[in-house]
Amino acid sequence: MRGRLARRLVGSTMTGLTYGAAALAILPLAVIFIMLLVKGAGSLDLNFFIKSAVPVGEPGGGFAFAIVGTLIIVGLACVIGVPIGVATGIFLAEFGGGRFGFAVRFVADVLNGVPSIVIGIFAWTWLVKPMGHFSALAGGFALGMILVPIVARTTEEMVRLVPNSLREAALALGYPRWRTSLQVVVRTATAGIVTGCLVAVARVAGETAPLLFTALGNQFFSTRLNGPMAALPLQIYAYALGPYDEWHRQAWAGALVLIVLVLALSLIARAVVRAKHQHA
Amino acid sequence: MTTPPATTPPVQTVPPVQAAPATVPRLATDTLTAWYGVTSGVRDVTLACRENTVTALIGPSGCGKSTLLRSLNRMHELVPGARVTGRVLLDGYDIYDRGINPVEVRRRIGMVFQRPTPFPTMTIAENVAAGLAVGPPITRADRDVVVEHALRRAALWDEVKDRLHESPMNLSGGQQQRLCVARTVAPEPEVILLDEPTASLDPAGTAHIEELVQELKREFTVVIVTHNLQQAGRVSDVTAFFYLGELIEVGPTSRMFTAPGKAQTEAYITGRFG
Repeated sequence: MRGRLARRLVGSTMTGLTYGAAALAILPLAVIFIMLLVKGAGSLDLNFFIKSAVPVGEPGGGFAFAIVGTLIIVGLACVIGVPIGVATGIFLAEFGGGRFGFAVRFVADVLNGVPSIVIGIFAWTWLVKPMGHFSALAGGFALGMILVPIVARTTEEMVRLVPNSLREAALALGYPRWRTSLQVVVRTATAGIVTGCLVAVARVAGETAPLLFTALGNQFFSTRLNGPMAALPLQIYAYALGPYDEWHRQAWAGALVLIVLVLALSLIARAVVRAKHQHA
Repeated sequence: MTTPPATTPPVQTVPPVQAAPATVPRLATDTLTAWYGVTSGVRDVTLACRENTVTALIGPSGCGKSTLLRSLNRMHELVPGARVTGRVLLDGYDIYDRGINPVEVRRRIGMVFQRPTPFPTMTIAENVAAGLAVGPPITRADRDVVVEHALRRAALWDEVKDRLHESPMNLSGGQQQRLCVARTVAPEPEVILLDEPTASLDPAGTAHIEELVQELKREFTVVIVTHNLQQAGRVSDVTAFFYLGELIEVGPTSRMFTAPGKAQTEAYITGRFG
């Protein structure tokens, strides 16, 4: 009888511990979100989304330039990083069994671990310095470089998840290897690959360090790819360090918008997965 | 080509001695050995499958029957380290000859697997037409005709004709398997290989597939691997018994099940092992 009591005690203690750990894991996100809402929501109004920065003391300034800048730079990063990343991932999953595949996988993992500021310095050395000025293009390139290894590895995982039986079925129908890969295997993995890309994009959207060396930031509304451009993380950084209360409030609001943007991307990613499961 | 042999005699009847006339076999193996690295999955098999017959490969698990089947359309070699020695003759030509493209071989020798494998991202119609996509160009109208014909041959048309453009994943397991049969027959192969096609199906689905096999042999040469002896008895004209990687005995199904020549065959068929 004692044994049974002890067992139940240990059981419920362990269960309690796992619940506690789970709660602890989501606590930071909850706290951050609540704090951003409290401090930032008050500064969110229509002007915030449609106006650019105004001189201190003047009312009605907004973050439109930074929001647009982030969209452009992240868009550039996708154009550069997603095709390369997806292609690399498909290669790794379908043909990456050999020594070269091993090397590529290793490099991707190392690249994944490189601090983003190092990527920023790299982009500065090879793009900003030779061009002679900061630019959105360099920013997009830096973020794209961060995207490539993440997208490559998630794509590889997703393609590997496709059951081998589908691959065999296509081959048995007389599909050549490459058509099997593209038309059956990758097509089946598409939803997963899109999800992986969205998650990766959500991650780089908040990167600040690489943009400090490349896009630099801009006080004015600009869509010129070849010149400095504002971005949400940069603007948050600049305003949070500034001396004015109004700037601080706007930085909080900007942070809230950034988090909501990233959250929205994650939700879209989940919706894609769910749509796939309903289909499958 | 000679007249096709009569439909399968029931197991119980006493067979006429060597009923079928000798014809050039559609598919034959000649001292075929399939290797996994240095070990052989199946050894030294010489077997002939005549046109419009069903040949059943039976034997206990691991006896090499599936390995042999996968050697017949060059699927075996897709396993890393796997290779084949000996010959497999399709209409008298060795499919392992230098210069023969395995992709071409697989278009002429279709295969249905143990578990249904519909392509989940394609519609039902697209699944059936999948094999046509890698064949000669075909107009949309022609393709629709082929799709309907293939689905009719797979006895699935009536069940899916109103949802050709829906996902195949909502079909039952048995329907999915018949869809795979339709997909296999659509490009008009010469031989159809069935690898335990009813292993994952319920009795109703199994009965459907078995009827289908009888239909298929009118047009194709069929080779079926099965672990179900009754099934071999019901659907096949010729039965080959494998044990520990070797072909023990081959003969007309009715004789194999009533008067097998080898003690091992008899022991297996009467359920003493395997």
